[in-house]
Amino acid sequence: MTQQKFNTVGQSVRRIDSYDKISGRAVYSVDVVVPGMAYAKLVPSPLPHALIKSIDASKARALPGVYAVLTAAELVNMETHYGSDKKDRPIVAMNKVRFQGEPVAAVAAVDLATAEAAAELVEVEYEALSAASDLTSALLPDAEPIHDSNYCHEYGYEWGDVDAAFAGCDRIFEDTFVFPMVYHYAMEPHTCVVSYEHDRIRTWTSAQHPFLVRAELARIFGMQLDQVQVVVPYVGGGYGSKSYTKIEPLVAALSREAGRPVRLAQSVEESMKTVRRHAARATIRTGVMNDGTFVARECLSYVDTGGYTDNGVRVTERISDRIVGPYIFDNVRVKSYGIYTNSTPAGSFRSIGGPQASWACESQTDIIAEALGIDPIQLRLKNLAKKGDEVRRGKRPLEGDLAPKLQMVLDKFGWDTYVREDPSPTVKRGIGFACNVTNSGASPTSTSLVRFHADGSSTVYIGTTEIGQGSRSVMAQIAAEELRIPLASIKVIGSDTDAVPYDRSTGSSRSTTLMGLAVHDAAVDVREQLLEIAAKHFETFADQIEAADGKATFKGESMTFGALVREMFGGSGGELMGRGYVTQNHASGRLTQDPVFWEVSIGAAEVEVDEDTGTVKLLRYVSASDPGKAINPKQVEGQDEGAAMQAIGHSMFEEMLFEDGQFLNPNLVDYRVPTFEDLPGEFETVLIEFGDGPGPYGSKGVGEGGIVCVAPAIANAIFNATGVRLRELPLTPERVWRAIEKSKQ
Amino acid sequence: MVQANQKLTVAFNVNGGDVEIDVTPETALVDMLRDGLLLKGAKRSCDMQVCGACTVLVDGLPVSACTVPAFEVRGKSVTTIEGLAADDRMAGLTDAFIDNAAIQCGFCTPGMVLAAKSLLDRNPHPSEDEIKDYMRGNICRCTGYKKIVEAIQEAAQKAVQG
Repeated sequence: MTQQKFNTVGQSVRRIDSYDKISGRAVYSVDVVVPGMAYAKLVPSPLPHALIKSIDASKARALPGVYAVLTAAELVNMETHYGSDKKDRPIVAMNKVRFQGEPVAAVAAVDLATAEAAAELVEVEYEALSAASDLTSALLPDAEPIHDSNYCHEYGYEWGDVDAAFAGCDRIFEDTFVFPMVYHYAMEPHTCVVSYEHDRIRTWTSAQHPFLVRAELARIFGMQLDQVQVVVPYVGGGYGSKSYTKIEPLVAALSREAGRPVRLAQSVEESMKTVRRHAARATIRTGVMNDGTFVARECLSYVDTGGYTDNGVRVTERISDRIVGPYIFDNVRVKSYGIYTNSTPAGSFRSIGGPQASWACESQTDIIAEALGIDPIQLRLKNLAKKGDEVRRGKRPLEGDLAPKLQMVLDKFGWDTYVREDPSPTVKRGIGFACNVTNSGASPTSTSLVRFHADGSSTVYIGTTEIGQGSRSVMAQIAAEELRIPLASIKVIGSDTDAVPYDRSTGSSRSTTLMGLAVHDAAVDVREQLLEIAAKHFETFADQIEAADGKATFKGESMTFGALVREMFGGSGGELMGRGYVTQNHASGRLTQDPVFWEVSIGAAEVEVDEDTGTVKLLRYVSASDPGKAINPKQVEGQDEGAAMQAIGHSMFEEMLFEDGQFLNPNLVDYRVPTFEDLPGEFETVLIEFGDGPGPYGSKGVGEGGIVCVAPAIANAIFNATGVRLRELPLTPERVWRAIEKSKQ
Repeated sequence: MVQANQKLTVAFNVNGGDVEIDVTPETALVDMLRDGLLLKGAKRSCDMQVCGACTVLVDGLPVSACTVPAFEVRGKSVTTIEGLAADDRMAGLTDAFIDNAAIQCGFCTPGMVLAAKSLLDRNPHPSEDEIKDYMRGNICRCTGYKKIVEAIQEAAQKAVQG
């Protein structure tokens, strides 16, 4: 990459949404008030698996102040089911409930208290079915089928001659790893206001993918895309929990029934019964030579997608895509199954399938290293994929060498010079490492519009939702850079499908790479138009003109961009418009292959384990974020630190617990997430900027990588400290203590 | 003795101005502020005094407005994020939070800043451990906390330098 001189790109400029957010002025979906709106309350199923024998909503409807009760009987003249890959989710339960908390009905009333009172009056008669709320019970041959069967999706791939390769290996390792159900806890629970009107639907919702919600609502209610408006205000955290369509169809149907706008603001408990991460059980069999050469790998994974598919198809595929690790194997056979259970439906969560896959493959890497007597870093380096290698056959080759990236983390951590010092004979310390590459699921479909005003300022239109990742700022930086105007002269308009052009989604670490390219191209389009106008004005060619600092200059004579716009329109006003289209066939030629990029994840941990109590203290964690080019370095660090902290939760204590289908800990007291006190003593992110990404300035996606390697790095460190290998998360004191006790026997 | 649905008039001071508002006994402080007075900076999230998104100051002390009955602030002074615009401490915290990228989705930010202000008002030179201890009632799911600790440290340091 040639070294380019930048004005704002590469600087940790202040987020353009900072003041809105710190002053309390920022509007989230929970703050939206639409005149005349009614308040909604859900009627949840108390049973995890049951047939609905009857619903009697007459008492609820008779309560003064109640506008409508929505049950399956009201789902007429519309599509009744929705879902991103499989349309298997009824808008409210029809005939059957499949998890505890599934909405059976919903009430709209004059205020929330009335809606709550009415919800209590809806009488539902159930016939209980036996419930399977985990993989083991759902896979029993006599398990009560949750849908047509309990198998949701099957995926696999193979290359080489796997059986022959295993036969020729010196050693074969087989291990099974278990990953728990965990919850995103985006602090703003799912919230949605819909006004269903005879010829249009207006929606304000905490959704990550407004254009996919628009398409789903249009399909369900038989409208055109232009009749459905989806506005996404600021979103109070996403992490995948607000991807695709969640509560919007229910609220729209309830609004249609009530004949007025309806607001549903879920509680945390209701959101914990809306979406979660897939639990997983993965078995890895790896054949190696005594010198550490990886020869063959066979993986079998089951992911628990809960009562409905939600994103279960893609997660089933992604765990298999990601479980081979960042290594070269000539022989691979991988299979995975998505399984329905009677529990909260599982959807996207920051790096779908990534932490589950890496928990298995990177724990096993250390098991192999220990058994062969090879240093775990050396074993990795020996087998690591290199630049240009097809780390998954048929997919995009790796953009850059991994070995120097690993070394940057090891250097920051001080791995090579680490001297272990145990505080006492029963309080032990150790270090652990893990790495992986994940195929971004980003689809290259983004568009942007840049308006350039007659005073030299500009408005940038993007469909990317601002979920905390800082997209508004990064897009403004890219636009300012390409328009050659100050950052302060840029305004970003986001996430109103009536106003901004199409963007597929906000997820898979895709926005800087793909929407970034769209904004880049739209800004360049404007700049080229400005140069054309200037060329006419100066009676020269466009390439003879220098564009900088908001001015076009030719032979020492300058004209501001604003003056050029005014000159073109021959008056005091007017504006230019630039467009950016990002498709698979983008002019850069770098978006044709799947995945659009490989996201890199590397982590190193030092732990202290108290063998008498099983308590694990995370003393240090060094993570890596590989954005290719960090457009706003502090925001990149923030994404990585946030991702790693979420992973500390699922590694150490987070777990949604079900017993006979009953959700035992659906609240923030019984389901604990990390607090300030869980900060590791040292917590660092190494930024890797080799300019090897397909996005603007060589950038590529980050934001998911930090969550991928924490669990195996910690478990490998616990092994290094105690000699005890853990194969099931979370690493609670009880689990660690029991494992230590067992190892003494 | 108050009864359900009985109307209560709460007279109190909010952000320096006296107000009177009718509530019911079960109205939570957060709802009175958000729905009654349109002070939307305090957010509802966990509803059980764990997350701190609804933090406001009552007579200068942080409380979780989701679990405080509205009528309990009768005769007291309530400070919400909207009332801190002219506060000197707030100016320092605002700069420090923004410059240290301690804000992401922003949903926790108003509560986080009020808790941090309360900490620095009481303890102008907190150690890192004191910050973590005092702030543990405020959850952030985006930042991983490190940049918030750094922001509070910087605000404290700059206030000392004056």
